[in-house]
Amino acid sequence: MTGATLRHAGWILRGNPLTGIAAAGVFMLTLVALFGPWIVPYDPIVSDVPQALMPPSAAHLAGTDQLGRDVFSRLIVAARLDLAIAVSAVGISFAIGAVIGAICGYAGGKLDRAVGRFVDVLMAFPLFVLAMAMVAALGNRVENIVIATAIINLPFYIRFARAEVNVRRNVGWVEAARACGDSHISVVLRFLLPNVLPAMAVQMSLNLGWAILNAAGLSFIGLGVKPPTPEWGIMVAEGARFISTGKWWLVAFPGLALMLTVLCFNLLGDGVRDILDPRMRT
Amino acid sequence: MTQQLLALRDLYVNFSTRRGPVEAVRGVSLSLDQGEMLGLVGESGSGKSVTGFAITRLLDAAGRITAGNILFRGQDITKISSGDFRGLHGAAMAMIFQNPRAALNPIRGIGEQIADAILAHKPISRGEARAEALELLRAVQIRDPEKRLSAYPHELSGGMCQRVMIAMAISCNPALLIADEPTTGLDVTTQKVVMDLLAGIAAERGMATILITHDLGLAARYCRRVVVMEQGRLVEEAEPKILFRAPRHPYTKRLVAASPTASSRIADLVTEEEGANYVPKPVAPKPSPAPGTPPLLEVYKLAKRFDQGTAAVADFSMAISAGESVGLVGESGSGKSTTSRMICRLIDPSEGEISFEGQSIGHIPARDFHRSPFRKAIQIVFQDPNDSLNPRFTAFDCVAHPLLRLSGMRPGDGLRQRVEECAERVGLPVELLTRFPHQLSGGQKARVGIARAIACRPRLLVLDEPTAALDVSVQAVVLQLLDRLRREDDLAFLFVSHDLNVVRMMCDRTIVLRNGHIVEQGESRALFDNPQTDYTRELVEAVPHIETGPFTTFACPPESQSIV
Repeated sequence: MTGATLRHAGWILRGNPLTGIAAAGVFMLTLVALFGPWIVPYDPIVSDVPQALMPPSAAHLAGTDQLGRDVFSRLIVAARLDLAIAVSAVGISFAIGAVIGAICGYAGGKLDRAVGRFVDVLMAFPLFVLAMAMVAALGNRVENIVIATAIINLPFYIRFARAEVNVRRNVGWVEAARACGDSHISVVLRFLLPNVLPAMAVQMSLNLGWAILNAAGLSFIGLGVKPPTPEWGIMVAEGARFISTGKWWLVAFPGLALMLTVLCFNLLGDGVRDILDPRMRT
Repeated sequence: MTQQLLALRDLYVNFSTRRGPVEAVRGVSLSLDQGEMLGLVGESGSGKSVTGFAITRLLDAAGRITAGNILFRGQDITKISSGDFRGLHGAAMAMIFQNPRAALNPIRGIGEQIADAILAHKPISRGEARAEALELLRAVQIRDPEKRLSAYPHELSGGMCQRVMIAMAISCNPALLIADEPTTGLDVTTQKVVMDLLAGIAAERGMATILITHDLGLAARYCRRVVVMEQGRLVEEAEPKILFRAPRHPYTKRLVAASPTASSRIADLVTEEEGANYVPKPVAPKPSPAPGTPPLLEVYKLAKRFDQGTAAVADFSMAISAGESVGLVGESGSGKSTTSRMICRLIDPSEGEISFEGQSIGHIPARDFHRSPFRKAIQIVFQDPNDSLNPRFTAFDCVAHPLLRLSGMRPGDGLRQRVEECAERVGLPVELLTRFPHQLSGGQKARVGIARAIACRPRLLVLDEPTAALDVSVQAVVLQLLDRLRREDDLAFLFVSHDLNVVRMMCDRTIVLRNGHIVEQGESRALFDNPQTDYTRELVEAVPHIETGPFTTFACPPESQSIV
């Protein structure tokens, strides 16, 4: 099975090298997030005022900021926080949304309609504003960014799992599982959910990029992460003050980091879809 | 009249796939005269459809004609440009597809769609085209054609949609009609009406027809000449009577033997050589049950109404005794699946009583029935082996699943042994147990489904069209397997099927269901040989048999001549 999957993945990657590049990018990003603090050339927090606002050079690859901190080091160290926020937010909304959605899709009826309307209401809000309001109300902390991001992602997972389960609720193997002595809840959790996971994995990959942007956006407007913690959104926000004086590297590099990260996740999502789609296997 | 219209000469079609090129058609040569109806028969993967698609140039992008030529009116149409070919499409040759609903545009009225087909080839106004469409609907015997002209495909039944497809195909009076499984998926009575219509129209308009089908009986009934394909090769060509009485090629022999007829028995379904391996256990004379023993299953006045209030099943009563096999036949929408699922306790009846070995089980909600001790005793085999196995379970997991759930076995204590024993009983090679469903063939999947159902040694097995999705040679083997298991375990069967020939062989008694009501029931042979109601008679007569022989003396059956 795994051998066949790997061979299949190899086939997809040959046909679509962008997926390979994206996968390599995400892998690199993960390494950076894990080992970043130990490989950076400078301490990301300690200021070195004489060196402030230096343009990119051999000593400071991405220049320095207004306190003389090495932008490159801060970028590297920030990867862990940004990725952690995104992964935990997406993980929470996936875990809750998939179960709720799957139950609704299987049960149908009143429960399904009630949850469906709740989701509609949630989606009627401008999601970013909703996240802002939640962080403001819950308290300006990183955990609350995670919770807010998880909640605004929830509708997508509920809807997605609901639709995927709904088309499968009447297939033969679901009835067969019932005949083999499984209760309804066990059919949902042990049969239907594992079968919709591949499709949800695609959604998760696309969503990770979006969650990173969301977290960065919240810290950009001063919510959640506080200075001097290195975080891409804050770095863009702080750098924005200097852009009019031509200090472009303060904004450009964190912006580029954000863009490349999101791009990698999106491209990977498309590739994952191709790899997991059984119809592509013939 | 006997001028040659179409000739294939040593045709090869290749498909490029990931595992390299696959030869779908290997050196097929055949010819077709004007006005002739030729049957192209074979099982799945035989290349019969690909041959049809190659003639009409509808092969998908991966397929290519690699050698040979196709002469249409003496012209090699493999060489002409696609622009010239478009002129031939519709005007000179037309195709009818298997699933009419999928072939029609769902958001356009059928009158418009027929008019489109006409306008593609004739320089007339849309109004005139609509008038012609109306005439065509009349020709295909659609009732109230004026009203139907603006109907959408979803408002019509499957049989009606197929008539619309036929109307479209004949709209420009093509010389060649290719019908690819035109009635597969239609009920047997609808199949007869549609095929009679098609044969009648073809004869009346002098159209040559290639009937591509897996059903030998259908080809025998309507074609004067039948060619048999196997794995891309043409293995035999003959008049149906000769072909079915005295098949020469070993493959044809097997195919003919495997096709159930009105008189065949389970043991007849294989050729004599293979038959040597199948020795049915002599049936030990059953001790008649002690008087007062309740039947295995008793159903009294069962009814099911869905939300809309219409009754899917009403007033259904029956009984099955241990080891007995009862057939439940009916057309689509007759309520046979609903009934079988109620008996299986997968859905709740609206009214009525179900008792098993004298104990009432009808009152246990289907939601909780998985905890009932009777869950083990009533098992089900599903129709489509492709969708009845969890794609993420190996064959082993599938068979082990009921053992873990219902027999309270734990991984370890002899589970592997039990699963392997089940696999052996259904003739599934043990080494295949590690495979996932998509790595198994249709027949192997069917065996896994049966192994799963018998794993807990049930007393009653509900079989919901267990062979409907299988090729006829695979069906033969699966039917023999089921029959053997029944004898060995003294299993009772509730055999749900639309295939009367199969039910006649497999079942002691048969119940005919129509619109949720029992129309007729009785001992199978008596019921089919001497039906008491018109409906049953209609059903029985509609079944095409290979020994009926074709209507060789006239190209179309008499009853349709009067109508067209």
